[in-house]
Amino acid sequence: MVNFIWLALIVLGVIVAGTSGKIEIVTLAALEGANNAVKTSLNLIAIITFWLGIMKLAEAAGLVQCLARLTRPLLRFLFPEIPQNHPALGAIVMNLCANILGLGNAATPMGLIAMQEMQKLNRGNFKTATSAMCTFLALNTSCITLIPTIIIGIRLMHNSADPTAIVGPTIFATACGMIVAITVDRFLYFFHRNR
Amino acid sequence: MLYAIITEISRWIIPLAILFILFAAVIKKVKVFEVFIEGAQEGFTTAIKTIPYLVAMLMAINIFRATGAMELLVHNLSSFFDYFCFPVELLPHAIMRPLSGGAALGVATNIIATHGPDSYLGRLVSTMQGSTDTTFYVLTLYFGSVGITRYRYAVISGLAADFTTLAASVFIVNKVFGAGS
Repeated sequence: MVNFIWLALIVLGVIVAGTSGKIEIVTLAALEGANNAVKTSLNLIAIITFWLGIMKLAEAAGLVQCLARLTRPLLRFLFPEIPQNHPALGAIVMNLCANILGLGNAATPMGLIAMQEMQKLNRGNFKTATSAMCTFLALNTSCITLIPTIIIGIRLMHNSADPTAIVGPTIFATACGMIVAITVDRFLYFFHRNR
Repeated sequence: MLYAIITEISRWIIPLAILFILFAAVIKKVKVFEVFIEGAQEGFTTAIKTIPYLVAMLMAINIFRATGAMELLVHNLSSFFDYFCFPVELLPHAIMRPLSGGAALGVATNIIATHGPDSYLGRLVSTMQGSTDTTFYVLTLYFGSVGITRYRYAVISGLAADFTTLAASVFIVNKVFGAGS
């Protein structure tokens, strides 16, 4: 699926550029995209290093395992493959909480830690995603948002009479998305397992 | 009121969480400085490992966008979306959102600036921007950090959620603020 989408994006781009006589745009755009990607990764170094340090402390203090135990009833349904009290569950919960509160800077490192912990449990091919990872990413990308910080800032900048008017609708829309994400994920999970 | 409480919580939660973790570690007699360094050790490699994955994805998306292929897609899809009462002006945003966070935010800002933040389009685009994530970026980054290239069904559930959120945004904005207001 990703192979196809990736290929389609590039091939369509080249064809359109070629037929409109602006073929040189392709190389420029590719380099610009690559440049942005490297910058994004480099910017991640600082926050990831910081949060990995803090998370190691939380783990050593037994807090991550404690969080995993507290949320176990809910998570057992979504992540049956992850053993009880595994640090992966703690990191997943922290990532989702940070997402809900709109704390993007903290959410990403927690999410990457959760991925690392889940990769340690990967008994299949190390290049193939596990079911737990798919479920986690479905939750992560569709997660309920209580405060869409950036867009409220932009509304404020353009003199909105009520910048936060969209908070209620946003919560509703994300809740719908999350319900569908969980349903689709559970469906595909059982479908793939029984094949 | 509720919003003010939530904002206040999100301002305080990180500093308090850090403090709480440090206290808990001290009580458990953890050597705080040493353990922090031990954990932070992997920060650099984790971040660097994502470079090839992000380069591949952002490069392809940027080609698609800059060459005008995206505009062409929007143009071809507009009659289809029109059928579902979805405003054509917001189509570039809807298509851009799962691919590129920055580009989508640019489109949203532009619409808010031209139509006003309290117009129907302004409110709808604000809801759309706030409620969905940059699915492809998140998938690439998260899978990339552990070296996974086969995503299995993660793309399908992610896009299904994005589509639902889009439909739900249109529905709720019409319901709360009234269509075309």
